[in-house]
Amino acid sequence: MATTESIVNQPATPTPFQHISGSRKIKNALATALVTVAFLIALVPLGWLLVTVITRGFDAILSANWWSHSLSGVMPDEFAGGVYHALYGSIIQGLICAVIAVPLGIFTAIYLVEYGAGGRLARAVTFMVDILSGVPSIVAALFIFALWISVLGFPQSAFAVSLALVLLMLPVVVRSTEEMLRLVPDELREASYALGVPKWKTIARVVLPTALSGMVTGVMLALARVLGETAPVLILVGYSRSINFNVLEGNMASLPLLIYNELVSNPEAAGQLRAWGAALTLIIVIMILNLIAAASSRFSAIKNK
Amino acid sequence: MVKRIDVKDVDIYYGKFHAVQSVTVSVPPRSVTAFIGPSGCGKSTVLRTLNRMHEVIPGARVEGEVLLDGENIYAPSVDPVSVRRTIGMVFQRPNPFPTMSIRDNVVAGLRLAGTRDRKRLDEIAERALRSANLWAEVKDRLTKPGGGLSGGQQQRLCIARAIAVQPDVLLMDEPCSALDPISTLAIEDLIGELKKDYTIVIVTHNMQQAARVSDQTAFFNLPGVGQPGRLIEYNDTEKIFSNPDEKATEDYISGRFG
Repeated sequence: MATTESIVNQPATPTPFQHISGSRKIKNALATALVTVAFLIALVPLGWLLVTVITRGFDAILSANWWSHSLSGVMPDEFAGGVYHALYGSIIQGLICAVIAVPLGIFTAIYLVEYGAGGRLARAVTFMVDILSGVPSIVAALFIFALWISVLGFPQSAFAVSLALVLLMLPVVVRSTEEMLRLVPDELREASYALGVPKWKTIARVVLPTALSGMVTGVMLALARVLGETAPVLILVGYSRSINFNVLEGNMASLPLLIYNELVSNPEAAGQLRAWGAALTLIIVIMILNLIAAASSRFSAIKNK
Repeated sequence: MVKRIDVKDVDIYYGKFHAVQSVTVSVPPRSVTAFIGPSGCGKSTVLRTLNRMHEVIPGARVEGEVLLDGENIYAPSVDPVSVRRTIGMVFQRPNPFPTMSIRDNVVAGLRLAGTRDRKRLDEIAERALRSANLWAEVKDRLTKPGGGLSGGQQQRLCIARAIAVQPDVLLMDEPCSALDPISTLAIEDLIGELKKDYTIVIVTHNMQQAARVSDQTAFFNLPGVGQPGRLIEYNDTEKIFSNPDEKATEDYISGRFG
């Protein structure tokens, strides 16, 4: 009691807190300036690249036949034609790649998270996926060339490109799906088991829907990445200036391949313009994929209200 | 429908770790049995062996028999999925499925088992929500996600979800430990009502709660560090809290523990 009173009766001290010291203010200002400058410097190449591609390619993508015609019959120095054939090639090669890589990657990730968890096989698979994700695209392309074309005797084709893209897309899909599945709390799995729901149904109806939005984002970003790959199209398929719908046979253009060809074999101003236009087109396609990823992840995101 | 549980000489392991040693308990039907004891003594582990949820953890195994009305749920031919359909469980933290609406959460067990009849599902959802004393609060927002409810409401939603599959037994693993006193009271009242229709086993750290809601109480304890947990005493709640046979029980419930 006595101690309480003595505390209460003491005169109030001005303030128990210190002022911020001058040196801390300076350090704080310096650190803030440093990270801001780093951010701005990092932004420079990105902005520069975008501005360059847009200014040089803008006229091309607005020209009359850009989105609807191929370069079939167009002279190297002629400002005409379009990239329809290359756009088709890029999209179909990406789609075939996704059709193979997405289910394979998702099932692998499900195995790693839900079934293998810590086992020897799961560790081996994780190790392989790590190696695969470090494989340069040219090595993946050469591997498919050796296997698909040299050993198995198939012709060069868009399908061979898709196979090489699968090797590049698979580890990205496995990794991102794995991360998303690990984020699903075990409590939800247990809640489902406790209701008498079998494991496979728990995965299909509880775990996957919960992780869906993140998985979609991962797949879309992986797809956007492989669309820009150049090594596989240089090695595994010939360039064509006209439209080829057959993915199993014949030459087929794609946007990176068109850019390379116009740049290397066409010194005319028209060729330069086409190359920049195709570059801008590729950026637009990838941007659309990213927007779809953002929209679909927002659409399938878990809502609480 | 309502069944009794007889646990006979059960030993529980996590890999090489012997977690619980020779537990024998008989839970009569239409009653509430509370498991109490200090942290790590194995009471939750024992609870999870009663519906074969223990073996979900890699490396976990159980020796001994757990009889549900005389049927051994650990017999080699028994499907653990069917055991869990018969013996429901409510967990420590409310865990509604985040991708499902309130109504879909309640009937999740039936929907995932393949029931498609909308009208029947709606009826079952209403009955289960009424039994869980949640109907009045959510009847206008059945299509809203379950994650938007308060913690206490979510836990009652989980109880509704557990009873919607019409189990014979309901296991509760510290169902009120994440809830405020008012929500706790709501759940305790609910347990009192549910014991008319179900056999209930509840794990709790709250001695007053055990005294309030249970008919029988089992006290678990750890004899020492690194040793398996044991069942010290099992008797009517009144006897355990007024005149226990074991000194360790008396020390624990009177707070003179350790």
